[in-house]
Formats: sequence, C-alpha cells, structure tokens
Amino acid sequence: MTQTTMTDIGESLARPSGMAGFVADWSSDQRAFKPVPWGKVMMWIFLLSDTFIFSCFLLSYMKVRISTTVPWPNPSEVFALSFGGEPIPLILIAIMTFILISSSGTMAMAVMFGYRKNRKATAILMLVTALFGATFVGMQAFEWTKLIEDGVRPWGNPMGAAQFGSTFFMVTGFHGFHVSVGVIFLFAVARKVWRGDFDNETKGFYTSRKGNYEIVETMGLYWHFVDLVWVFIFAFFYLW
Amino acid sequence: MAQAESQLHPISTYFKIWGWLFVLSAFSYAVDYFHVESYLRWTLILIFMMAKAGLIVAFFMHMKWERLALIYAILLPPGLVLVFVALMVFEADYTFLTRGVFFSP
Repeated sequence: MTQTTMTDIGESLARPSGMAGFVADWSSDQRAFKPVPWGKVMMWIFLLSDTFIFSCFLLSYMKVRISTTVPWPNPSEVFALSFGGEPIPLILIAIMTFILISSSGTMAMAVMFGYRKNRKATAILMLVTALFGATFVGMQAFEWTKLIEDGVRPWGNPMGAAQFGSTFFMVTGFHGFHVSVGVIFLFAVARKVWRGDFDNETKGFYTSRKGNYEIVETMGLYWHFVDLVWVFIFAFFYLW
Repeated sequence: MAQAESQLHPISTYFKIWGWLFVLSAFSYAVDYFHVESYLRWTLILIFMMAKAGLIVAFFMHMKWERLALIYAILLPPGLVLVFVALMVFEADYTFLTRGVFFSP
C-alpha cells in the first residue's frame, strides 16, 4: 500500500438539526450522540435505568394501594406537624420539597458557572447544594423517627393498611439513599473544582486522565434527577 | 468542550425556572392544604407534577438544547411505563375484587 485514502476531512461538518438530524445521527456507522461528551451520555442512560427502578417502586405502591381492602392512612394527617398550635398538614414534606428545589436551583447555577470555568462560584454553589441535600436527608431521618415512634412498621401500622409502611420505607428510603450518595458525589466533585483540578488539568487519582468541567454537568444531571424523582414521590405518595 | 458555546444561558433563565418550580410546588401543596378532593385533586396534582418535571428536565437538565437523537433515546422509553401502569391497574382491580369475594362473610 503506497497510497492512503484521506478519510478525515480535518474539520467537522455542520450537522442537520431537528428530525433530519435525528435520522442522520442514528443512520450509518457512527457515534449516535454527536456532540455530547460520553460521560454525559452514560449518566443519562444510568438515569434512564434508574427511572425504571423508581417506576417499579411507584407501580408496586399503586398496585397495593388499589388492591387493599383496608382504608389507606391519610398522608395529610400522618405527616402533619404541630408547632405548638394546630397541626399543619404535610408541612414537613412541603419544607423538604422546597429545600430540594432550592438545591436544584443552586446546582443548575453551579453547572452554569462550570461552563464559564468560574472555579470559585462553581465550588461554592456545589457546596451549598450539598448542604441543602444534607438538610433534606436530616429532615427525612426526623420524619422516619417520628413515624417509627407512631408505630409505623414495614409490616403494619395503627392507622390503616399495612402496605402503607412497607411502601413508605421502601420508596422514601431508596430516594433518601440516592440523595445521600448525591451529597457525597457533590462533595467529591466540589473538592476537585475547588482545588483547581480542572483548570490545571491535574490527572485523576483513579483514571490518570485529565478531567474537565464536564463532570459538573454530569453531576448536575444526577442531582436534578434526584429532585425529579421527589416530584413524583411527592405527587403520588404524599398528595394522592 | 464541543458543547460549551451552545450551553451558555444567562443566569436569569435559571432564576425564572427556579421561581416557577417554587410557585408550582406551592400550588401542589395548596391542593392538599385546601382539601381539594376527588377528580379535581388528582387532575391538579398530575398537572403540577408534569409541569415541574418538564421544567426540570428541559431547563435544569438542558434537555431542551440537546440533539433530537438523545432526547428521543432518553425520553421515549419511560413512556412505555404507561403500558405497565395500565396492566397493573387491571391486575390490582382484579385482586381487589377477588379479595372482596374471598373475605366476604
């Protein structure tokens, strides 16, 4: 072989957008998700699988709630909290919802500053997000303690259908676990950002490869997903 | 970063979405607080839920600005869960009726 064929034209062609782009991206031998960093695609696919896990949990909850012949405990009363006076319905859950939404807002801004390579603002906003997340987990621990004191167990409770306890502990427990992992993840990435790993292109401890600010967005996707799942749990478990 | 230039949105975008999420959450809490019941309750809960989920996915998770190939790959499969929901509703109704017969005196 004395001649080689030039297959690399040296510059990337503009991709069509919309439906034509969809067809072009999926057809022929090529990478389907064109300009997207692989870490982000992998996170999206992980989140898709996680969506199915949470869907199954909520579905099993729906199934037992429809099929039980015993009245379902009223979440509005079960999760009511009294601050000295009349008990306010669902107040703790409402506060937890607002805390999680606030954390999502700070995370979105951390991602935004990450794109602008603003080291300090990114790290600080990620730490704030982590603190909101930790507060959420703390309030959930309080909620669990209160319910356990009230006699709610995975196999029964004094208020009504026994399935209430099992679905409650399973769904909120799995979600709380996700939040806890997210907080650890946030601290880890925030530390790297703060140290300037992505500005100095420091090699990673495990991968020996240079990282960049893309990890902030990947991390952000995970965090927003945790918030997203809470939207569904809040609607189906607490409000329904 | 290949995407960097397409993902530079002004901070006001995020504040706006944040504000909307707060408002929608307050609305869904109000549904419970003011004891809206039955079909109106369920409809309102679902509307606020879908609106919040849509805002989070579209703006906070940047799905609005992704290419269609990724959007379809991620957002279409969860739609199939609805089939599973339908199956389980029938199944649950059946279980409920069977229990009614079994436990009746």
